[in-house]
Amino acid sequence: MTGTVRPVAADGIDGGLKGSPAGESSLDRLKLIRWSDFSLVPVILVLMVIGFIVSPVFLTSENLISVVQQSSELSLLVLGQALILICGRMDLSLESTIGIAPVVAMWLVLPAEGGRFAGLGLLPAWSAIPLCLLVGLAIGAVNGFLMLKLRVNGFIATLGMLTMLRGLHIGITEGKSITDVPESFRYLGKSEWLGAPAAVWICLALFAVGGAALAWLRHGRSLYAIGGNPEAARAAGIRVDRVTWIVLAIGGLLAAFAGILYTGHYGSVAATQGNGWIFQVFAAAVIGGISLKGGRGTLFGALTGVLTLQLVVNVMTLGGVPALWNQFLNGAIIIVALVISRFASGEKQD
Amino acid sequence: MEKAPPPAVQAEGVVKRFGPTVALDGVRLTVQPGESHALVGRNGAGKSTLVSVLTGLHKADAGTVTFGGERAPAFGDTTAWQSKVACVYQKSMVVPDLTVAENLFLNRFDDNSRWISWGKLRRRAERLLADYGVQVDPSTRARDLAVEQRQFVEIARALSFGARLIILDEPTAQLDARGIGRLFDKLRELQSQGVAFLFISHHLQEVYELCTAVTVYRDARHVLSAPVADIAKAELVAAMTGEQSAGATAWHAGGDRAAVRDQSAAPVLRTEGLTLEGRFEPLDLEVRPGEVVGLAGSAASGNTALGEALAGMRKAGGGTVFVHGRTVRTGSVPHALDAGIGYIPEDRHDQGLVLERSVAENATLTVTDQLGPWGTVLPSRTREFARSVIASLDIKTQGPQQPVSGLSGGNQQKVVVARALARKPSVLVAVRPTAGVDIKSKDSLLTVVRRVADEGNAAVIISDELDDLRVCDRVLALFHGRVVATFASGWTDGELVAAMEGVGERE
Repeated sequence: MTGTVRPVAADGIDGGLKGSPAGESSLDRLKLIRWSDFSLVPVILVLMVIGFIVSPVFLTSENLISVVQQSSELSLLVLGQALILICGRMDLSLESTIGIAPVVAMWLVLPAEGGRFAGLGLLPAWSAIPLCLLVGLAIGAVNGFLMLKLRVNGFIATLGMLTMLRGLHIGITEGKSITDVPESFRYLGKSEWLGAPAAVWICLALFAVGGAALAWLRHGRSLYAIGGNPEAARAAGIRVDRVTWIVLAIGGLLAAFAGILYTGHYGSVAATQGNGWIFQVFAAAVIGGISLKGGRGTLFGALTGVLTLQLVVNVMTLGGVPALWNQFLNGAIIIVALVISRFASGEKQD
Repeated sequence: MEKAPPPAVQAEGVVKRFGPTVALDGVRLTVQPGESHALVGRNGAGKSTLVSVLTGLHKADAGTVTFGGERAPAFGDTTAWQSKVACVYQKSMVVPDLTVAENLFLNRFDDNSRWISWGKLRRRAERLLADYGVQVDPSTRARDLAVEQRQFVEIARALSFGARLIILDEPTAQLDARGIGRLFDKLRELQSQGVAFLFISHHLQEVYELCTAVTVYRDARHVLSAPVADIAKAELVAAMTGEQSAGATAWHAGGDRAAVRDQSAAPVLRTEGLTLEGRFEPLDLEVRPGEVVGLAGSAASGNTALGEALAGMRKAGGGTVFVHGRTVRTGSVPHALDAGIGYIPEDRHDQGLVLERSVAENATLTVTDQLGPWGTVLPSRTREFARSVIASLDIKTQGPQQPVSGLSGGNQQKVVVARALARKPSVLVAVRPTAGVDIKSKDSLLTVVRRVADEGNAAVIISDELDDLRVCDRVLALFHGRVVATFASGWTDGELVAAMEGVGERE
């Protein structure tokens, strides 16, 4: 091994590297694709065939668009949670953030008199969206402070945050729905771009951005190292706490954005907005191949997880399953989907 | 000589293999009742395997073991083994949140009733502790005990099962001098009651203080057994290291290279009074270009903590680190990396690798800022980089995309080395760089470290393995956080081992 001991020293990293045979690169690229990420694609196809058999309505564009529209808010929570899970943490409070962030923004923006909901009217109407996002960011940052500075247990800290924020939501709204939704919310939630709801395009774009960051940005890539082995990441010079903190804040931000889309779409904020979603969020992430222990999974997988869950619900609705049985079936479906994805991907879930 | 009672334990011709590795090759050991018998040897000599065989954790492939003249219990009969022998490990085997009384009678609280009578349990515990003169309140929680008190409790528990042979595995590692004194007093007292001890220690001084006989193992073989009084320390060290046979094959770094002769060259790495409370005392260290300096010492010597402080993994309690004359902030790995300090951590599973991720990703973990513009990491450059590393370090892998969990130990370690070298460090800090790798990888890893220094950089090897230290131009031996000796290249194994084992200390 004469003269080749320190490859980097000799020819540097930028260019000039010799001896990488060009011929194998396309084959290599094929190997690059982790096929387990696609394990849910056949499942989705089978679901679509079943849906078609169950009801002719299923394959109409209105129905499919409504499925993806309904997936969009949940998928944003899953996106945030997936990033947090990959770097080895979890944040339960996302399901309250989706409700409290729009509420706080509207509380500050809406006038004190005139509407059904008495706000403070402190800030102009255009600031509703930035305010809402800021609230989400702040919640994520506080979670980060609790977990990374005070070193308390993340599960319980965010569970406490979940309950506390739900209570704050109910306290501010006095348990009532707010229907005076700002125009900017309504635009994002309701308008259509190129034949599909804007929310769907935005979600796809955010997933693409997130996926690209995980694949090509150094800080994105570092999430896998942090989740896989935080000590090794630290020894390699990655600022583990800082990156984790930022990811937690981004998780809150995405949940707040999901809140904007959801509020805009339905034209109101119910006191129960987001209630019980976190279970679906975790289910979709794990079904989509994201490890609860951190360091493993892709955003594409997470997205297929969301779609699978939503398609099953849609097929059931079309099949005329009585609404009273919905909750039972929801739980059952998640367990079945979990088992299917575990064997479809051939990887143990942990 | 009149007929003596049968030995507390007698092992004859014990063989134990793990796959192709022979861990014990026909070894023997005899411990008389009421005797303190020392078992010494370098790492890998087979001491811990013998302990596993003697305590019934492993089944010997061949050979016989007798306790007090009776054959050892059948393999797997835990209760029977407990009545013969017990081992007090370095790691505590008590449940920290239970009281001493509960720990003593864990899972055998009362034979007659399904209800636990706390008063009775306490009285039984008091009686048991009093029998062996252990002054511990049975209602204390085990976590509140001092280390030696905890050891007393473990010994008392073992004796209450009927065992008359206690194996002590490095019992003094976590004790201060006063604790050691109290432990030894108690052991002598129990010895007079006929309890036999097998004492495993790296501190030869303690062997001379406490033990009456000593057995030496080397490379899975029995080397000698003798009364302690009949053997000088130098002979003992020679028996452990096998000086005569090793001398021919062992190579040392030549101390005559220009770089080392040139004392005037400015040091690449310099520390001034670098210290960490409870780990190592203020240290002034200078490593010149082209020099490999070894910091020798056992796990408790503080050399690992020193290495971690240099690499930014620990914040130093005081003192300064300079690289090329510039101060490096301690306690921050990014600063250490930027200053040009590369780090090969002690345990590749703890700090070295992200096992589920690919070779390419692990090898480039420290250089992600150099693999593309604007914070991007381009997969093509990552792959290219990984390929060049795989070729130059001769890493056996299916390709850059293979997860490192699928590589052998030696190749995994090469990936860790690649990560440390990726930033072209001017100082390389390697902690036990060849732990758990095969001979061939060992040689190539050490050659790499040597080569880094030969290119005009500084290297620091932190280890207790003599083979690691042989490539060093200069070796500092640490004992209990202090440099106790400095050796130029050409030291003998005996000298260095004696210094690391603290011979000459605490006399």
